[in-house]
Amino acid sequence: MTFLPWPVLRQLTGPDRTGRGAAARSARTDALAPRTERADKVVPSVCPYCAVGCGQQVFVADGKVTQIEGDPASPISRGRLCPKGSASKQLVTGPHRQTRVLYRRPHGTEWEPLELDRAMDMIADRVVAARRESWQDTVEGKAVNRCMGIAALGGATLDNEENYLIKKLWTALGAVQIENQARI
Amino acid sequence: MTYDPARSSGYPDPPQRVGFFTDTSICIGCKACEVACKEWNGLPADGPLPEDASVLELTGMSYDNTGALGASTWRHVAFVEKQNDAGGLNWLMASDVCKHCTHAACLDVCPTGALFRTEFSSVVVQQDVCNGCAYCVSACPYGVIDRREGDGRAWKCTLCYDRLRGGLEPACAKACPTDSIQFGPLDELRERADQRLARLHSDGVTEARLYGEDPADGVGGAGAFFLLLDEPETYGLPPDPVATTRDLPAMWRWAAGAALGLAGGVAVAFLGARGRGR
Amino acid sequence: MAECHPVGFQWVVEARQRGAKVFHIDPRFTRTSALADRHLPIRAGSDVVFLGALINHVLAGGHDFREYVVAYTNAATILSDDFRDTEDLDGLFSGYDPESRSYDPASWAYRGVAAEPAAGAREEEDVRHEHGPEAQYEATPAQTGPAPERDETLQHPRCVYQVLKRHFARYTPELVEELCGIPPEAFAEVADAVVRCSGRDRTTAWVYSVGWTQHTVGVQYIRTAAILQLLLGNIGRPGGGILALRGHASIQGSTDIPTLYNLLPGYLPMPFAHEHEDLDSYLAGAAGDTGFWGRKRSYMVSLLKAWWGDAATADNDFRFGHLPRLTGDHGTYRTVMDQIDGKVKGYFLTGENPAVGSAGGKMQRLGLAALDWLVVRDLTLIESATFWKEGPEIETGELSTPEIGTEVFFLPAAAHTEKDGTFTNTQRLLQWHHKAVEPPGDARSDLWFFYHLGRRIRARLAGSDDPRDLPLQELTWDYPTEGEHEEPSATAVLREINGVGPDGAALSSFTELEDDGSTAAGCWIYTGAFAGEVNQTARRRPGTEQSWVAPEWGWAWPANRRILYNRASADPDGRPWSERKRYVWWDPDRGDQGEWTGHDVPDFERAKPPGHRPEPGATAEHALAGDDPFIMQTDGKGWLYVPKGLVDGPLPAHYEPQESPVVNPLYGQQSNPARRVFRRRRNRYHPVGGEVYPYAVTTYRLTEHHTAGGMSRTLAYLSELQPELFCEVSPELAAERGLVNGGWATIITARTAIEARVLVTRRIAPLRIRGRTVHQVGLPYHWGHAGSVTGDAVNDLLPIVLDPNVGIQESKAATCDVRAGRRPRGPALTALVRGHRRAAGLENEGDDEP
Repeated sequence: MTFLPWPVLRQLTGPDRTGRGAAARSARTDALAPRTERADKVVPSVCPYCAVGCGQQVFVADGKVTQIEGDPASPISRGRLCPKGSASKQLVTGPHRQTRVLYRRPHGTEWEPLELDRAMDMIADRVVAARRESWQDTVEGKAVNRCMGIAALGGATLDNEENYLIKKLWTALGAVQIENQARI
Repeated sequence: MTYDPARSSGYPDPPQRVGFFTDTSICIGCKACEVACKEWNGLPADGPLPEDASVLELTGMSYDNTGALGASTWRHVAFVEKQNDAGGLNWLMASDVCKHCTHAACLDVCPTGALFRTEFSSVVVQQDVCNGCAYCVSACPYGVIDRREGDGRAWKCTLCYDRLRGGLEPACAKACPTDSIQFGPLDELRERADQRLARLHSDGVTEARLYGEDPADGVGGAGAFFLLLDEPETYGLPPDPVATTRDLPAMWRWAAGAALGLAGGVAVAFLGARGRGR
Repeated sequence: MAECHPVGFQWVVEARQRGAKVFHIDPRFTRTSALADRHLPIRAGSDVVFLGALINHVLAGGHDFREYVVAYTNAATILSDDFRDTEDLDGLFSGYDPESRSYDPASWAYRGVAAEPAAGAREEEDVRHEHGPEAQYEATPAQTGPAPERDETLQHPRCVYQVLKRHFARYTPELVEELCGIPPEAFAEVADAVVRCSGRDRTTAWVYSVGWTQHTVGVQYIRTAAILQLLLGNIGRPGGGILALRGHASIQGSTDIPTLYNLLPGYLPMPFAHEHEDLDSYLAGAAGDTGFWGRKRSYMVSLLKAWWGDAATADNDFRFGHLPRLTGDHGTYRTVMDQIDGKVKGYFLTGENPAVGSAGGKMQRLGLAALDWLVVRDLTLIESATFWKEGPEIETGELSTPEIGTEVFFLPAAAHTEKDGTFTNTQRLLQWHHKAVEPPGDARSDLWFFYHLGRRIRARLAGSDDPRDLPLQELTWDYPTEGEHEEPSATAVLREINGVGPDGAALSSFTELEDDGSTAAGCWIYTGAFAGEVNQTARRRPGTEQSWVAPEWGWAWPANRRILYNRASADPDGRPWSERKRYVWWDPDRGDQGEWTGHDVPDFERAKPPGHRPEPGATAEHALAGDDPFIMQTDGKGWLYVPKGLVDGPLPAHYEPQESPVVNPLYGQQSNPARRVFRRRRNRYHPVGGEVYPYAVTTYRLTEHHTAGGMSRTLAYLSELQPELFCEVSPELAAERGLVNGGWATIITARTAIEARVLVTRRIAPLRIRGRTVHQVGLPYHWGHAGSVTGDAVNDLLPIVLDPNVGIQESKAATCDVRAGRRPRGPALTALVRGHRRAAGLENEGDDEP
C-alpha cells in the first residue's frame, strides 16, 4: 500500500506554493494516460453512416472496441467526424444491439428464442418452397424463368461484397424483386 | 512575459499552455463535439439509458436540446435564431466549454485539492479526491461546473487531460468537422484569432468579436476563448465574468468558498434555466 | 450539406474562406444556410423553374462557354423534323400516348439517325413503355446509322442549341418569383455569380441530395443541372460537376453492384422477357455500339463467366438463359402492392426499415403483415421487425397481433467493425474497412448469411434434375472461409468482382476484359480494384503525403479516376483551359507519340491524340474522336438534349408535384404525364390547391440522426440531441393555426395523421406563390415506434407516386393540413383522417381497390 503524501506537506515543501498545482496531484492523476495507448491494435475503418466516407480508427483491447475516432490520414475527412461518426463506438458496443436470433411464429404474440443454425435451415426451406410455388416459366408466352414469391429490400450500409453475393444468389434463384435503399 | 499559471503552480518547466479557440463563425452546430466528448470521457447520456426510463423532451429552443453545460455535458452547442439588421436571418451556433481560466475561482475555493492546475495550465477535477462539497459549483462565473446526480461529485471538462498526457488533442477539437474548435498552444491560438477577427472585420462582419481572449479580463484570460458574432449574452455567456477570488491571498481562498456561494449563485442564475437540470 | 454531410462540408467552409461564394437553395434554412453567403428559400417541387431560368439567363445572354459547348456537347446536332416540344403541345412532348401514360421516343431522335433500335430490342421498348422504368443510369441506348447532322454555328433552327433556347425562354426571373417564391434580385445574384464563376478560369459546382431526386420529376431535375453545367463548361473539370451527396455509406456501391431489380452489376440492364431472345439481341438493345459501352459484350460475358464459371460457354450463350426476365416494374413500391395483394410469400430486409423509411408507411406495414414469412437482419429490433406487435395499426385496430400470420425471423447483423469489406462513397471511391473484432453472439455479416443460405439452398437442390434448378447448381459458390463461424472471405469476393484473366490472375483494367469467355469479372467497372493481386481499396497513404487528388487513398471506379470525363478539363487541342484549372492534358513529349497526363488518371485512352478522327464504321471507343470527352456516350458528347434513354421527355419541363398547392401556369399539363401512380384505397392523392390540405409539406433529415433511425435513435448520445419528432412552421402559420412553440401539432393527409412537437421558426419562410401565401411545413422523418426515442413516422403521411425513370418516390413535396394539439388515439385517429378525406371528396375514390 502506497502512502499518499499530504498535499499541504508538498505545498509547503515543494515549488507549488499555491497548493493547487503540482502539489495537489493524486497518484491516480499521475497515472492518467489515454486509453488508446492500451490498445492491442488500431484497425483502419470507414464510417458506416453517410456516403462521405470518413476514415475511422478502431482501437481494440482484449477483443473489444475501446474507442473509435477519425483517421487523420484520410484525405477525405482529415481525422474529423460528425456526431454520428463520433457515436460509432456506441453504435457497435451499445446495449441496443440484439445479439440473439428471435423468432415470431405465425399469429404469435411474443418473440421466442431460436438457434441460429435452425433458423438458417428454416429460412432455406422456406426459400426453396416459395420458389417452387411461385415459379413462372413463361408470362404471356415469353420465357421468364423466375419466381415472384420472394422479394428483398436491402440497406445501403451493406458492403459491396455482400450486395454482390445477394444479387448473384437471387438471380440464380430466379428472384427478380430485389431492391435497395438506393431507389428510396 | 505573460503570466503562466502552470509555472506558478509548481511546474518548473511546463509544456506550453494549451487551450481552445472556438471560432463560432464557422460552427455548423453539428454537435460532434458533444458526442466525441461523451464517447471519450464515458459520460452518461442525459436520458434514455436502459437504466433510466425517463423520456427526453424537446426543449423548443431551436436545435438545442442539451440546454447547458453540466456534470455530464462538457461541450454544449447553443443555437440562436436572430433576425439581422438587413431583415435576414442569422442562425448563430457556438460550442461552449469550460474556460480553463487563468484565475480559476473553482480551483481557488476547492477545499480538498480535488481541483488542480495541470502542467498544461488547464483546470481539472480529480475524481478520486472530490468530496462533492460543491463550493466550486457556485464559484464558477460561467456556471460550467456541476455535481452529477446520483454521484455527488463535481464534474467538468478536463481538456481531455488524459489525452494531452499522451500527446493527443482533446476529443472535441479532433472531431470538429469545420475546425471551429481549434486546440493548440494558447499563444498561437490568440494570434490566429486576431488574424481571423481582422479578416472578418475587413469582410464587413463588424459584429465579430473575441471573448475570453484578453489576459486583462476578470478571469485573467480564458484558456478556452471564442470568436463570437454577437453579444456574449446572445449565446448565454456572461458579458464580464469575474473570478471573485482573484484578490484574496491564495491560502485563504478556499476558506472563502462558502461565502462565495452567494455571489457565484448570481452568476449562475444569469444563465437562466439549466436545461434538464443535469 | 452541413446538415447531412458535415465532414464533407469542411471543404466548403475552406473554399469560402478562400473566396468562393456559397448559395444555399432549400425550402428550409438549415445549418448549411447559416454558413452560406445567401440562403434562397424555394418552394419544394419548383427547382426546374429555378434551374431552367438560369439556363435561360445563360442562353439569352450568350454566357455559355461556346468553345466547350460546340466541341463537347450535342448543341450543334440537328433534331428530327418530327420532334415537338412542350411549347408546341402545352406541356407534352411528341410521342405521348395518354392511354398507356407513356412516350414513344421515336420523334425525339436526331435528324437522319435511325432512332429505331435493333429489331430484337424494339419489343423490349414496348414492354418498358407499358410497365415501367428502364433506369439504365449510365448505359446509353443504341443509336444506329450515320453520324448526325451538325451545325457548328449553332444557328440552325432545329439544332439542339436553338431548341433549348426556345424551350427555356419562358423560364424567366418573373416565373421564378411566381412559382419558386424567390425574388428577382436574389435570383439575379445567383445568376450573375454562376456566370461569373464559370469559363476557362473558374468553375461552379452544384451539390444536391435527395431534395432533387425524390420527386416525380427527379431525374429531370438532375438533367436540368446537367444542361446548365454543360453550357457553362463545368463538367469534367476540377471544381465543377454536379455532385450527388448520397446519404448512406455504400449507397453508391448499391447501384454499382446493384441490389436493384432492373440492373446487373456495372449498370448492365436486366433482360426483359422476349420471344427467342439470346445474348446477341439482348446486347443490341442493352447499350450503344460506340463509345466504351461498345465493349458491352466483354462486360456481360465476363459477368456470366464469373457467375456460372465453366458451365458458361460460347455454345450455350454463356448461360445468358439462366438470368430471370423482367416484364415491367418490379421495384420496391410495386412489390409492396403485390404483398398486400398476397402475391409475395417471403421477404428479406437486410439493414433496411421500410416501416419507417419508405413512403406510405401504412402500406409498407400492411404488406409485411400479409407475408407468409419475413427475415429481418439488423443491429437492433427496428420497426419493420416489430410491426406485428407495436406498429401503429395495432393501436388503431386496423391490425391485431393474433390475426397477423407473418412468421418473423430476426437475425442479428454484424457491425462495420466486425467484418471486412468495401464501402463505395459518394465520389465512387471504394474504401476497405477491416474487421476489428468478432461479432457478438449470433450476429453475423450479410456476407456470411447469404453465403451460407446459398450453400444450404444448393445442398437441398443438389440432386434435382429439374432444369429450373440448373442456375443454382451451376452457380460458382465456393468461397474460402475463415474462423469458427466460417466467415467467407470478403477479399475473395472482391477479387471475383475485380475479375481474372485466362491465367487466373487478377485483371488490372476493364479494357482487359474479353468477350470470348476467357475472362471472368463480377462487375466490370470495379475491375482494377484488385490490380496486381493487391487490394487497392485498402490503400491508405496519408493525404498529406500525396497530391491533392490523393490517388493512393482507396480506389475509385473506373480505373481509379477521381473526376469523370476529365478529358474535358483540357481544350479540344488537349491544352488545359487555363493554368488555374489545369487537371488533365495532352503531353506530346510523353510516350511514343504523346500521352494524356495530369493530376488524375486521364478518363480517356492514354495514347489517343486530340486530333484523332475515327475510321468510318469503327465501334466502341474507336468510334470516338480525340476531342470527344464523354466516352460512355455513343457520340462522345455531353447531351444537352437526350434523344433516347429517358421515359418522360428529352428535355426537362416544369411539372408540379403530384400534390401541389398551385395550378401549373406554364402548361396545361399539371404534373409529369409519365409519372407512376398507384390508385388504391390507401394511397389517395390530394386535389390540387384544395382547402382541406392547404399547406405544402416537405421532409428531411437532421445532423443528429440517420434515416429511419435504426442506427441513431437507438444510441443514447444521439437520441438526447434530438429526442422528439417536431414540425417546423413559420410564425405566420403558427398564428394561422394556433400552434405554440414547444406545443403539439397534428399533421393530416389522406393517408394518415401524425403528431409532432412544434418549432415555430423564421427558418421556414412563408412564400408568395402565384399571388398568394403558401405555407410550408418541414418534417424530419427519423422517428418510429422503436428505439430509445420514439415518435410517429413522417413517411406515413406521404403518398406513393414515383418518378417514371427510376421509380423513386416523391418524398420532398406533398400537401397536408395542420392543427394544434395531439392526434387522437385508436380508432378516433382513422376517423379523423377519414373526415378529412370526406371533406376533400376523396372518400369513395378508388374504393374498389385494396
